[in-house]
Amino acid sequence: MDIFLQQVLNGLVLGSVYALVALGYTMVYGILGLINFAHGEVVMIGAMVALTVMNALLGAAVGLPPSLVLALATATAIAVCMALAFSIERVAYRPLRRAPRLAPLITAIGMSILLQNLAMMIWGRQYRTFPSVIPVTPHSIGGASITDVQIVIIVVSAAIMAGLLLLVQYTRLGRAMRATAENPTVAGLMGVNINRIISATFVIGAALAAVAGVLVAANYSIAHYSMGFMLGLKAFTAAVLGGIGNLAGAMLGGLLLGLIESIGAGYISDVSGGFFGSHYQDVFAFLVLVLVLVFRPTGIMGERVAERA
Amino acid sequence: MIAPFAARFKHWKRDRRALWVGYAMIAVALAVLPFLVDNTLGRTWVRVIDFALIYAMLALGLNIVVGFAGLLDLGYIAFYAVGAYTWALLASPQFGLHLPFWLILPIGFVAAGFFGVLLGAPTLRLRGDYLAIVTLGFGEIVRIFLNNLDHPVNITNGPIGINLIDPVMIGGVSLTKTHEILGIEFSGTHIYYYLLLLLVMATIFVCVRLEDSRLGRAWIAIREDETAAQAMGINTRNVKLLAFAMGASFGGIAGGLFSSFQGFVSPESFILLESIMVLCMVVLGGMGHVAGVVLGTFLLAVLPEVLRHGASPVQQQLFGKVILDPESLRMMLFGLALILVMLLRPSGLWPSPIRRREFADAKADS
Repeated sequence: MDIFLQQVLNGLVLGSVYALVALGYTMVYGILGLINFAHGEVVMIGAMVALTVMNALLGAAVGLPPSLVLALATATAIAVCMALAFSIERVAYRPLRRAPRLAPLITAIGMSILLQNLAMMIWGRQYRTFPSVIPVTPHSIGGASITDVQIVIIVVSAAIMAGLLLLVQYTRLGRAMRATAENPTVAGLMGVNINRIISATFVIGAALAAVAGVLVAANYSIAHYSMGFMLGLKAFTAAVLGGIGNLAGAMLGGLLLGLIESIGAGYISDVSGGFFGSHYQDVFAFLVLVLVLVFRPTGIMGERVAERA
Repeated sequence: MIAPFAARFKHWKRDRRALWVGYAMIAVALAVLPFLVDNTLGRTWVRVIDFALIYAMLALGLNIVVGFAGLLDLGYIAFYAVGAYTWALLASPQFGLHLPFWLILPIGFVAAGFFGVLLGAPTLRLRGDYLAIVTLGFGEIVRIFLNNLDHPVNITNGPIGINLIDPVMIGGVSLTKTHEILGIEFSGTHIYYYLLLLLVMATIFVCVRLEDSRLGRAWIAIREDETAAQAMGINTRNVKLLAFAMGASFGGIAGGLFSSFQGFVSPESFILLESIMVLCMVVLGGMGHVAGVVLGTFLLAVLPEVLRHGASPVQQQLFGKVILDPESLRMMLFGLALILVMLLRPSGLWPSPIRRREFADAKADS
């Protein structure tokens, strides 16, 4: 039983991060219908910037309290990622808004390759140790252990997601975002500044990505120039699983994917009699995705869109 | 009435002759290309061209799925992997099997086609990007299996890969060895060039004929509007499955040749980035346009190599030392090139006439 609880906890931690990143994908997709392949790279840049700031602050021996160092680093990462996402959208996506559907996908891929290699030049190709400023002493809950970092991850993600839902539901900006997602042309006619809303969407998504990057790097105490790619893919899978374009769906999909992965990795070996090892955890995640989509082609919470005439 | 007809006929006849002269010149150029490249740039570049030809086969296969039928496939490399591993398992010391190529190629063709249907069948109801993510997952699943099927029963040899794969043998003669024919020395790289060229030309022929066929028109109808296509009596299920199967089979053949040419396969050759690369070739060249796809393939297959060999010397010249790591510099420039080309020519470098017209219409509408 405690093993099960442990896997569930791990799954929740993993899933919270997926959900944060998935929100960025799903918001952009909801409005532009674009798979923003560069989003995973924004997560990575967030982690890397935070790492640099923390090393600088800790190295300068100013004697700041660790939590303040982390907060400053995260704030810097958020600012850098917001600026980055803003420029990515302006440079690579906006000129192609009326282009054939796959053109922005290719620029997104190009952006992803560009950012990854840029990061490799700046921060090197080796794994970088992420300073652990939050103590990693494990607490025991009913036989399972959880570290402070993991508690922070769950709490922070939950708070951010709640904040985002409130933002989208109750503010003027949120209403404009929903209107734009529904129908950009009509929203434009109603006086919504479409370009500003799209920029805002990218920037908000990037802020979440930066936080996710810091959290994930803090959890594993490691940052790497390629860490964003697979994380981004998983998060996008989560967004699709939940029903892409749907905020609650992205959160649910993220948590579900995290749980499936960690429980799957924990039990797949026992269930298959040792034939499949934990290497197959990704297979497991993708198989669930395929199964869900076979029965619900627009994801768990996606609306059943009528066949377009 | 008759005079203009005759004039047109004469004109047509002259055009036809010019066409044949053009074909002959292209044929000669293609025939001497490897020797030209070998003597000016070196053997490595002949190899680069060989790989470009393999990629061309892949891109043409993917073009059937993405370009003709409009089904976004991000896991296409899986079929290449199936073809490559089929060859590797049936013609290497791994199982002690050494089947002849004329047996393995059809097996690889069918196996990859089967996997195409296997992927296509459950995803028929999915549209657009839902399909994209499932195909991506499929590609990853195949790679993970190849990577891990070394235990408990060793089939694929895991991450180490399979070595000592047989080359194409014709009548006991290995095509990767150097042979002298009519006093001219042909190295294995040269011979494979001709073999691959032949196959690429066959693929191009099939693709062009397919595009104008009933099936090709059905694919394009589905791409443009699936609901309308269905209403017109097209059996969208079968037609889509055929697109998956045919695209996959081309990938399977390309994979088989890759593994025989290289003599070695490992799961590393079938990562997601390779799928993305092939997709970029298709989209960059001009989706749905066979000539455009071939152009896109050659640019994207050769460009990174040029950057690989050029990145260090150019830096030496400019700054007197290598400042930036050439490997990441080359990938960075590659990413930049993708972005720039798409910004300047959103429908590809050489789009098909139909798409160009559509794009112009869409622009006029806005």
